[in-house]
Amino acid sequence: MIAESAIREPLVTGGKTVHDVTVDISGRVEQKPTKTWMLAMAVSLATLAVGGYAVMRLVWDGIGMWGLNKTVGWAWDITNFVWWVGIGHAGTLISAILLLFRQRWRMSINRAAEAMTIFAVICAAMFPVLHMGRPWLGFYWALPLPNTFGSLWVNFNSPLLWDVFAISTYFSVSLVFWYIGLIPDFATIRDRATNKISAAVYGALSFGWDGAAKTWSRYETVALILAGLATPLVLSVHTIVSFDFATSVIPGWHTTIFPPYFVAGAIFSGFAMVLTLLIITRRVYKLEDYITLQHIELMNIVIIITGSIVGIAYITEFFIAWYSGVEAEQYAFINRATGPYWWAYWSMMTCNVISPQLFWSKKIRTNIAATFVISIIVNIGMWFERFVIIVTSLHRDFLPSSWAMFYPKWADVGVYIFTFGLFFTLFFAFAKFFPVINMAEVKSIVKATGEKKQA
Amino acid sequence: MKETKKYWKGLEQLKNSAEFQEKANKEFPEYLPIADGEEPSRRDFLKLMGFGIAAVSLAACETPVKKAIPYVKKPVAVDPTLPNYYASTYVSGSDYCSVLVKTREGRPIKLEGNKLSTISGGGTTPQVEASVLSLYDQERLQNPSIDGKKATWDEIDAAVAKELAAVSGKVAIVSNSIASPSTQASIDALVAKYGATHVSYDQTSFSGMLSAYETAFGSRMMPHHDFSKAKTIVSFGADFLGSWPNRTANNKQFASTRKLSKSKQDMSRLYAFESNLSLTGSNADYRTPIKPSQEGLYVANLYNALAKKLGAATVSVAKVEDDAVLMKAANDLLKSKGASIVASGSNDTNVQLMVIAINGLLGVYGNTIDASKAVNLRKGDDAAFASFVKGLNSGAVSGVIFYNCNPVYDHALGADIATGLGKAKFTLSTSDRNDETTALVKYVAPDNHFLESWNDFEPVTGYFSLSQPAIKNIFDTRQAQQSFLTWSGDNTSYYDYVRANWETNVFSKANTIEYFNFDAFWDKCLHDGVFEAPAEAVAAEYAVDAAAVAGAIAKTYSASKSGLELVLYVNNSVAEGTQANNPWLQEMPDPITKATWDNYLTVSPKQAAEWGIELGDMSTQTVTFTANGKSAEIPVLAQPGQAYNTVGLAVGYGRTKAGKVANEVGVNAYQFASLVNGAVSFTATSGVSAEPTGNGFKIAQTQTHETYMGRETVVQETILSKYQKDSQAGRSFPKIATSEGMKKPYAISLWKGHEYPNHHWGMMIDLNSCTGCGSCTIACQTENNIPVVGKEEVLNRREMHWIRIDRYYSSDAEEGDLAAMEKAAENPEVTFQPMMCQQCNNAPCETVCPVAATTHSSEGLNQMTYNRCIGTRYCANNCPYKVRRFNWFKYHDNKQFDKNTAMNNDLGKMVLNPDVTVRARGVMEKCTFCVQRIQAGKLEAKRDGRRPVDGEVTSACASSCPSEALVFGDMKDPNSRISQMLQIKQNEKSVEAREPRAYHVLEELRVMPNVWYLTKVRNKDVESKTEKAEA
Repeated sequence: MIAESAIREPLVTGGKTVHDVTVDISGRVEQKPTKTWMLAMAVSLATLAVGGYAVMRLVWDGIGMWGLNKTVGWAWDITNFVWWVGIGHAGTLISAILLLFRQRWRMSINRAAEAMTIFAVICAAMFPVLHMGRPWLGFYWALPLPNTFGSLWVNFNSPLLWDVFAISTYFSVSLVFWYIGLIPDFATIRDRATNKISAAVYGALSFGWDGAAKTWSRYETVALILAGLATPLVLSVHTIVSFDFATSVIPGWHTTIFPPYFVAGAIFSGFAMVLTLLIITRRVYKLEDYITLQHIELMNIVIIITGSIVGIAYITEFFIAWYSGVEAEQYAFINRATGPYWWAYWSMMTCNVISPQLFWSKKIRTNIAATFVISIIVNIGMWFERFVIIVTSLHRDFLPSSWAMFYPKWADVGVYIFTFGLFFTLFFAFAKFFPVINMAEVKSIVKATGEKKQA
Repeated sequence: MKETKKYWKGLEQLKNSAEFQEKANKEFPEYLPIADGEEPSRRDFLKLMGFGIAAVSLAACETPVKKAIPYVKKPVAVDPTLPNYYASTYVSGSDYCSVLVKTREGRPIKLEGNKLSTISGGGTTPQVEASVLSLYDQERLQNPSIDGKKATWDEIDAAVAKELAAVSGKVAIVSNSIASPSTQASIDALVAKYGATHVSYDQTSFSGMLSAYETAFGSRMMPHHDFSKAKTIVSFGADFLGSWPNRTANNKQFASTRKLSKSKQDMSRLYAFESNLSLTGSNADYRTPIKPSQEGLYVANLYNALAKKLGAATVSVAKVEDDAVLMKAANDLLKSKGASIVASGSNDTNVQLMVIAINGLLGVYGNTIDASKAVNLRKGDDAAFASFVKGLNSGAVSGVIFYNCNPVYDHALGADIATGLGKAKFTLSTSDRNDETTALVKYVAPDNHFLESWNDFEPVTGYFSLSQPAIKNIFDTRQAQQSFLTWSGDNTSYYDYVRANWETNVFSKANTIEYFNFDAFWDKCLHDGVFEAPAEAVAAEYAVDAAAVAGAIAKTYSASKSGLELVLYVNNSVAEGTQANNPWLQEMPDPITKATWDNYLTVSPKQAAEWGIELGDMSTQTVTFTANGKSAEIPVLAQPGQAYNTVGLAVGYGRTKAGKVANEVGVNAYQFASLVNGAVSFTATSGVSAEPTGNGFKIAQTQTHETYMGRETVVQETILSKYQKDSQAGRSFPKIATSEGMKKPYAISLWKGHEYPNHHWGMMIDLNSCTGCGSCTIACQTENNIPVVGKEEVLNRREMHWIRIDRYYSSDAEEGDLAAMEKAAENPEVTFQPMMCQQCNNAPCETVCPVAATTHSSEGLNQMTYNRCIGTRYCANNCPYKVRRFNWFKYHDNKQFDKNTAMNNDLGKMVLNPDVTVRARGVMEKCTFCVQRIQAGKLEAKRDGRRPVDGEVTSACASSCPSEALVFGDMKDPNSRISQMLQIKQNEKSVEAREPRAYHVLEELRVMPNVWYLTKVRNKDVESKTEKAEA
């Protein structure tokens, strides 16, 4: 064990004991659903239903339900896809990379962050399927499956295929990592269960956890191995997503800076989303002692750093466009800032580059309300970033004859709403039925770093 | 006869042994290893169950019953899957084209230009290409009727004979110009029998020109113009490329003077003085926007300038200000004396007389204009027509037969005819649909479609062509000429009538030594479709009193620039509106405005701004427009090049009874035409006003960006003098910086290249020859089953055309001022650039498709496998030329797209090309270089055991192009036209074009297209940029 420095601030406040942790976290699972929760779930389900109608019409009538056209072949679909994938970065980053770096402050937030990752990746995965003209074939034709169509194989040159591998790998590893972490906590709930159904369900979910030292040892080993596996994935997923653009010929897409820029952007938006959700969760579930201001501040610092990286990337793109001497490339960037979509570009700049700079002030980065607002602004900005990259690059590329505008239709909005409905339905279900904080891990820091109870 | 032949299935049956007989009667001849009688074993159970399941599931697979009935007697030359071609003639209104009809299994599916015809020159127009769909229009009249009730032909014949006899002497037969000698004869027979009068009119009247020739030459006609011999052409609003009769030939001839090569370093120069930016004006080297009220003065001023230099008497008319370009034109005309054409689109006899005087001064008669040959496609007499309308209303005419014309809709006096028809005792129409005129008549005797008809034509004196049916009547219709013969008491079939007519009148012109007898001559003519025996051109005598004409001109025209004026025009898609119910034409982008599904007022951008019209991305506002005492609410389209204080409006729209496609599309512009001095005038110089309404309107355009933003890798252009000095003038040579210095883009590649062992298809597009007419777009649509998507979807920018013509205007802005470069100049130069899949050798679309649905062929084609496509649209995004088209919806068998008639009703579907898949929803599509035609050509050659001959395989677009701007061929064949013209050099894995003008669009991307463009060369003295700098 690592000896804790005496000066270090406690990670869990309020003098919580190990038992308090169990009661506080398991209690949420055991109690009857609150009215607030019921309301939130109802709203989520309603959103899901409304969005589901849009999805139904999209699949039934065709991609024409969206506002895409012959010039702009991707818009909200891939924007939303990249946005959700980006959001899905924080969880694994927090649990894998911070685990490897022994950052123990992660322990009270990693569970929720990982759940968020998984749900975000599910939402993201909707778009590559839904944006296909023929999803009923595409969903399996895009996989390298042996088939009876002759020697018909997928095209391994295509970045879209790389996406399929990247996303599915990331999703599987994240899911396993998250679930392994849940097992000891499920066992705790199982052991506390007062009715048969809970005992049976959580018993099944806990895979016969016995709490033996050997089990714990294996558990820790697996966690470490999975963390090692997940770490490169955090970097690879968005790198590969960025290849969709970087390997193309379209000015504004064809850029070698994309992989690091996309990864930084993803962490940026992922942390913002984690903040948004945790600020709500800690408030609703009264978890202020577990998710402390220190957590929020640390995450805000990550946001300043990644936000600044993203800002530098934006400026670098302009420099390279000028330096390249390529006419279409130069125009693409001038058009971003001054063309018909200038508002999208400047929304992006304001939200992503300017707003996180406010966190240099300690007052703002330790203010919960300000953090909450900025975390939402950052996510709006990151949505615009993808919109700017995709739509403004496509809408005016090489031949001015085909330059066109993109106008979203209701189904564009509807399918986006659908993924929100899906995300929050899953998240609220998670918040109610799963332990939102990793009890087993938090218990390991209560004693060492927890504040002594004021007698 | 005794049965001697015996068929047997096997030796067993032949021997017919007892063992075989026993087995033959059993359901299972083999021994079934099922234990009979004993306790059934588990194995037996499984066997029986397996058999049972297999049998049940096989029986459950119901084979759909398809009624494929074999021929009892197969017609000669009708072989399933093999096309047949018949020479025939397209006719619609006053429009003409000699064509080949491609039929498959007895259905006409495509028209091709007849290369043997010198009159139509082997090209087609969009209307010709689209007419095959009009054949399958469900809204054609399907049977004769009396008072709207279905009738039989016998009833019609009996009733008509009686009615005609009753109104004898007071009957008028109304038609468009008739270029068919036999049709004319059949009408004449009717005229003779009932003392009728025959009046003809043209939707676009040439009455003024015809009258002028009558005055000057003594014969009322439009003379034959030969643009191929003209070195200088001056057009005063004469849209000879876009709306003149015989425009396929005009395009071909004009383009032939614009082609440049090592051996031909000179080209013609075209001046245009016009109000609307017409197709002709957009091809002009020097274009001056003028108002229609100034036109006469410009013509007279040109006369004076020439007369002064040639020592003839000048006339007294006001001088036009700013006559620099006019004087330049005069100088050029003098330089190319005798090899020039001056033409005017005016319907004012005096202006046309002045034009004759100019042409006479320049000595063109007998050279470029042959007054001994009449163009029979424009013979309408507006004065005679006006007196017919008067007679109809006064009761002097009480019986009318409308022969395939619709004057209630398309004549300036349409409303008067409509009221007059109520007074007539006998009214009959032979129209193909219950149109605006037909709806008002009692008897409807629908004519066949031209593809169902026998006919003959003499479009120009001495040039004959035949029309033969390519399909039996689809409906219970009868050829109108047959009706005329029947009603005049002649029982000859019209076929025999045409034949007899040819035997007496045409055969005599033929070289009789060549033909054994008339049958041989007839067969040859029917096979070729044309027979041409033109007389030598002669310089006819003429007389024009220039001073008197000038006096008349001085009275009616003024140099004043104030006051709003209207110029009606015929666009190159819906044209005169006869085929308005054809969705292919409605969705064809206007060559200039790129707008579909509407007509609109073309207004100069300056004026639109003055009117406070709010213009957005395809959004505009309407005005209440008044002219000729009539008003309508019409949307405004800001048109660069439009003369200030003039507005243009296309005819052919605003149909009310044409069918579901055309009805309520746009406004009827014919109502704004008026009779001036006995001729229908398409201009209004007074009483024109426009009041902005503030109401928004959307015009569906397929291209909204005006300029090419100075991108030299897209459009490369120069001027003639520079080209003559350096044949690479205007070319741009992008270079890529590498560690070893600057390199040509093609010197660097990630890819290994492709080997093309057999063929390597390519295309060459001469920007100098392309006049922008758009025939290729519709030819491609017909050939490749391209859906029509309707106005809403065009507004969503989802039209499906595989070949589009990019139209770029020049800009006056300083290089680098990007915002200003987006705006077209006030009077811009125009470049047309046909754009389709470039069949890249390093195709960016191919690498990104996740399922390898788009791949490269061993013949250089970028091929699209529709049934593998999952529709990610990544390929379309990554296409630098944006030529890929996605099936956003299901366009076939879908009520939402019922205007796509070729795919949404059983009759319309007959037009589909069976060699081309109708694409499903959700898949990508694009130009295939007509792979089905390539395949057909290769198979044909293979059957004969030879290689395909150059010209045998060509794409639909190249085949339709009247100006031969598109050349398709095999670059592996060193003797092919494309190899020769591009001077192709074969490298190991690539080809190189050594023609100095040849370039690839976006060469710097090194996608290595198989389509080359030749630089645009304008015949200007100085480049417009320099011109502006000097001014």
